[in-house]
Amino acid sequence: MRLDPLGNPSSVAARQDGAAVAVRARGLSKRYGDRVVVDGVDLCVRAGECFGLLGPNGAGKTTTLRMLLGLTPPSAGSIEVLGLPVPARAREMRRRAGVVPQFDNLDPDFTVAENLATYASYFGLKGPGLKARIAELLEYAQLADRADAPIQALSGGMKRRLTLARALINDPALLVLDEPTTGLDPQARQHIWERLRRLLNQGRTLILTTHYMEEAERLCDRAAIMDHGRIVACDSPAALIRAHIEPHVIELRARDADTFLGRPHAFAGVRVEHVGETVLLYAHDRERLLAAAGALPFIQRPANLEDVFLKLTGRELRD
Amino acid sequence: MERSLSLPRPSLRFLPVWRRNFRVWRKLMGPSIVGNFGEPLLYLLALGYGFGRMVGEVGGVPYMTFLASGIVVSSAMTAASFEAMYSAFTRMHMQQTWSAQLHAPLEVEDVVLGELLWAATKALINSTAILLVAAGMGLVGGWQALWVLPVTLLVGFCFAALAMIVTALARNYDVFTYYFTLVLTPMLLLSGVFFPLDSLPAVVVAVVRLLPLAHAIELVRPLVVGGEPTGVLLHLAVLAGYALLGLAVSSRLIERRLRR
Repeated sequence: MRLDPLGNPSSVAARQDGAAVAVRARGLSKRYGDRVVVDGVDLCVRAGECFGLLGPNGAGKTTTLRMLLGLTPPSAGSIEVLGLPVPARAREMRRRAGVVPQFDNLDPDFTVAENLATYASYFGLKGPGLKARIAELLEYAQLADRADAPIQALSGGMKRRLTLARALINDPALLVLDEPTTGLDPQARQHIWERLRRLLNQGRTLILTTHYMEEAERLCDRAAIMDHGRIVACDSPAALIRAHIEPHVIELRARDADTFLGRPHAFAGVRVEHVGETVLLYAHDRERLLAAAGALPFIQRPANLEDVFLKLTGRELRD
Repeated sequence: MERSLSLPRPSLRFLPVWRRNFRVWRKLMGPSIVGNFGEPLLYLLALGYGFGRMVGEVGGVPYMTFLASGIVVSSAMTAASFEAMYSAFTRMHMQQTWSAQLHAPLEVEDVVLGELLWAATKALINSTAILLVAAGMGLVGGWQALWVLPVTLLVGFCFAALAMIVTALARNYDVFTYYFTLVLTPMLLLSGVFFPLDSLPAVVVAVVRLLPLAHAIELVRPLVVGGEPTGVLLHLAVLAGYALLGLAVSSRLIERRLRR
């Protein structure tokens, strides 16, 4: 196996074949007793793209990822990842996949560098190339000066970067990331995004789940929105916005939102949505929108993926 | 789940799991070695001298020798059980070490086998330390005592596999206390570690002979004393039987727990 993960990975070959598919799932379902967590999901992730799996808590995103990785068997449906049937040949598939789990499972009994070396051993990687490889990944994660630090001494952002570096130890063609930036500060998130972008530029396939619509809009070539175990829409972020949301949006916040709702607020050609302390006005015609807002202070912005998300998955709280 | 057939030497995939635990142990080797040697030494000196004075000979050997051979076995049982419960549960549940291993190309069976063999290794380390202490005190009868080492490896695997069933079902650490108190301690007290089996009522002896510890002791004691065990095949079969049962049941339970 080649030990040059950050230069020119093996997945480039797959990308040159324009129609190459990294992941294909058909009729994927997962039931626990009477509870249906994933309900007939069809997925197709192209090689070399960044694919987002979006949805409220409990929508079935993590369970879907676990099935794709062969970590839990589906109740129904078929999966093929990197050309291999899963779960039948999941172990072989995972030799060429990397995983960034939702919750850090770095090994607390080891230092930063030892974590990479130990994880490499699970893949059977060894030899002189491995040392160089670990040095390179520490550089990539900006942890070279922390190589001998215990895991407990790392900040949340450092842990995430190390987990990401660890997932690259086997030069994976496919990277699966479950909420890679949840809980990180803005700097740390920018850092992770930049590193994920580099991986995309190298031709790797990325599948990620996220609650941050900005993150999905920024990184994902295509995104699927999941709700109640089903995929309710799947396309590029721009196409999703075009298909589901009027081009002009106004936000009224807090007291202004209350004031707006306290008056008659039905306007022809204007869609009114109320989420938490915000009122959102959508329209094809900008003038109508401005008229609806009247003299209230408002924020005008382009439609975004969050609008699509709220429209398709509803506004009630999910826990 | 269907197994992949294309990977070579599938039986060795447990090795990185074993090696991971070994590396952690090596980091903390100093204090644990002190414990490995120190504790049995204390037991032997205190119990051996104390009881030995009163008891004199048991079954034709000095009590100290009798006791040493028993403790070689019981410490293998305790070390392996402890490792397969508290330590393995910590790695499975608290630290999520297993989940990281399962994200790599390892399966549940590789992780379980690696953990059991590691627990057996800990048993071997502990028993070796006691055997060395006993030899230093002149309690070991001959070179045949070296056969004790592979036996303690099997004893360790056997008790680790049984303990792993408890771990597979555990929701927290509390249940391990029950297992120690209700299963292991009675077995320890009644299986001939501290006094010979024939001083117990026949019914108790019959029950104890269905359990693995008594068989382990009947293998190890003659080897330490300088003699030759009898009924070797039966003893090995009982230990191997419990080992395989524990391996099969615990693997199944953990597969179900982690793959749901």
